[in-house]
Amino acid sequence: MILNIVWFWVLGGMLIAYSVLDGFDLGVGSVYLWVARTDEERRLALNAIGPVWNGNEVWLLAAGGMLVVSFPKVYASAFSGFYLALMLVLWFLILRGVSIEFRSKLESGLWRSLFDAGFWIGSFALALLLGVALGNVLRGLPVGADGTFQGTLGLVLNPYSLLTGLLSLTTLAWHGANYLRLKTEGALQQRAQAWSSGLWFVVAALVALVTLATLWVSPTLESNYRSYPWAWSFPLLAVASLAAGFRSRQAGRERGAFRSSVITIIALLGAAAMTVYPNLLYSTINPSYSLTIFNAASSPHALGASLLANVFGMIGVILYTSYVHRTFSGKVRVGQHGY
Amino acid sequence: MDTAVLAHRIQFSLTVMFHYLFPILTMGLGFFIALLSTLHLRTGDARYSQLARFWGKIFAVNFALGVVSGIPLEFEFGTNWSRFSAFGGGVFGQTLPLEGVYAFFLESGFLGLFLFGHGRVSRRIEWLAAMGVAVGSLLSGYFIVATNAWMQHPVGYAADASGAIHLTSFWQVLLNPYAGWQYLHTINGALLTAAYAIGAVGAGYLLLGRHHQFAQLSVRLAVMGGMILALTQAFPTGDENGRSVVRYQPAKLAAMEGLLQTEKGAPLAIIGMPDTAQGKLIDPIYVPGVLSFLAYGDTHATVNGLDQYPRDLWPPVELTYYAYHIMVGLGTLFIAQMAVGIFLLLRGKLATSRWFLWTLMLAIPFPYIANEAGWTATEVGRQPWLVYGLLRTSAGTSLSVAAGETVFTTLGFAGIYALLSLLFVFLVGRIIVQGPEGTEHA
Repeated sequence: MILNIVWFWVLGGMLIAYSVLDGFDLGVGSVYLWVARTDEERRLALNAIGPVWNGNEVWLLAAGGMLVVSFPKVYASAFSGFYLALMLVLWFLILRGVSIEFRSKLESGLWRSLFDAGFWIGSFALALLLGVALGNVLRGLPVGADGTFQGTLGLVLNPYSLLTGLLSLTTLAWHGANYLRLKTEGALQQRAQAWSSGLWFVVAALVALVTLATLWVSPTLESNYRSYPWAWSFPLLAVASLAAGFRSRQAGRERGAFRSSVITIIALLGAAAMTVYPNLLYSTINPSYSLTIFNAASSPHALGASLLANVFGMIGVILYTSYVHRTFSGKVRVGQHGY
Repeated sequence: MDTAVLAHRIQFSLTVMFHYLFPILTMGLGFFIALLSTLHLRTGDARYSQLARFWGKIFAVNFALGVVSGIPLEFEFGTNWSRFSAFGGGVFGQTLPLEGVYAFFLESGFLGLFLFGHGRVSRRIEWLAAMGVAVGSLLSGYFIVATNAWMQHPVGYAADASGAIHLTSFWQVLLNPYAGWQYLHTINGALLTAAYAIGAVGAGYLLLGRHHQFAQLSVRLAVMGGMILALTQAFPTGDENGRSVVRYQPAKLAAMEGLLQTEKGAPLAIIGMPDTAQGKLIDPIYVPGVLSFLAYGDTHATVNGLDQYPRDLWPPVELTYYAYHIMVGLGTLFIAQMAVGIFLLLRGKLATSRWFLWTLMLAIPFPYIANEAGWTATEVGRQPWLVYGLLRTSAGTSLSVAAGETVFTTLGFAGIYALLSLLFVFLVGRIIVQGPEGTEHA
């Protein structure tokens, strides 16, 4: 029992780490075409995420693998249910990755423009789709008695999930702009700051809207926040970090800005986790068909063994990943090595 | 066969075979670049650093495509094979996330350090980064092979009355007896491919009369490494891997070897075309007793033919047979080619034997074909089982995904991968044509 709960938070933690880390890569990509105008600036933007983006993306893969072993029925149901949406995610991941890696390999303006567009489209689409996916999980899905559902695009792209998708996109864009404020200087940094400043308002408005919409749409939010009063810490933290973000709109406050977007993402996702807990795939057909952390998990032995093996490994990962990030801290320089 | 099952199988085969082209070089080259980094750190000889940086550029392009084509595979366990995942996820899933946690983080994290860190970090740290990438990619190979090994020879589980399975031993899954030699054989294949890649580039430069020192060193390393690796590909790794098949998957062995009838003192079929309707090989060339010897160490032992197994448990015989024979045939040619190379090297004629350099350069597609053929043999030979003896392929697919959806996404992947192939050839070709930086001329 306790293992199931621990695994819920381990997975949650992995997905939150992914959203904070690859979130700024996706965010940089989403604002890329407008914040970085010249070829030099675009190279700076790419090199700002260059040494770390690949490692950041691994958090998603590791989380996926952990989902297979901890809640195999959820993995099976969600991945086959969201078939087309996930295939689109895969194709955009390919587009984003290839664009970053290949963009600067040729001097040709045509080549570079093509991959600039690829980088933007891939990042933008992913930031949006990840929010859409989360929205559908919050809203519930037509899970049948056999634990499966068919997530046609018509089902998956509904007004609520498009709203959460928009929140995801703008939050990550704000986060990416904050990252660029930290890593760059001059005109590029100023433009990043202008975008970060403007996006703050959009994010704040959407947070309010999505909160109201979720109250309306979620079958479990009210009962959960009543049963677990400590869950309020997440939305309250989100408000506090957004407020800090407001103050950090000013030039010179880039550390505070980045910190506030990091904490906002953590708080929003924590709030989402407490909205659905202990359901992973809530059934809108019949609540008893819902897949939860208790009825869709692998055996206690499997949960225990994999928890030990994975947590042990993650300790090392956190240590050397922090080292790599610290090595590349400070302002980005375009050198001979890099993009 | 059900159209949906066929569609799922075609999609997975396409995506995994395209993806695998890249890890072959990642694992092989990664090892080689780590070796070069070590030599540079030890001797301070700038030539090693130059070689490492040149291959590092190719490595980066190769790695990028390996990553983007690899992510779909992890998703596909769920998107297209959901019943398989729901059935066995608690068991085979023990090794799957370990690939992410212990290998992908290492590879990706340290690759960033290796490619971007020059000038920012000490030479020692750069060396450590190269080692991290190499170790990461080699570890990655183990965890995914262990996952496949569980499908070939399921261990560490128990079934309840309803047929559902659960984990009984993490260590049995991680240290599956089938996995060890399968892994070594796989890695050996990757290293052999890297040796051929290095040799092909070196040979090309020598034939063009460019980058003479670099090219000579490359060709020499390729032939020396290639000779050892071509031999170990057969013995012991290939041989021992084959023994696992004899022990755990006898129907697969029969199909691979084209043994349609059970035989005492079974011969090895060098060539021959399977005629399953008549239960024989057409125009075969046999070496008497050799199959019994390879399988059991006794030329008079009885080896079971396909006739011992019910028809519905036969793998697709022709595809398994040819995939296996292509792999072994190429493997034999590699040994012969490398032996000639060693002979020329000892005579001091390696860099000037143009005809041999041509063969070395043109040979580059063949180790790739051999690797893919080997995987085809082992995966198709496992049919009709998805998990050998436990779960049939037709019972592992995602029922909620229609054939039409899968055909659509397969076509999507095919198109994207065709484009990526062109990009890869173009970019790597450019790096090769540009050559190692700051070199002397011929």
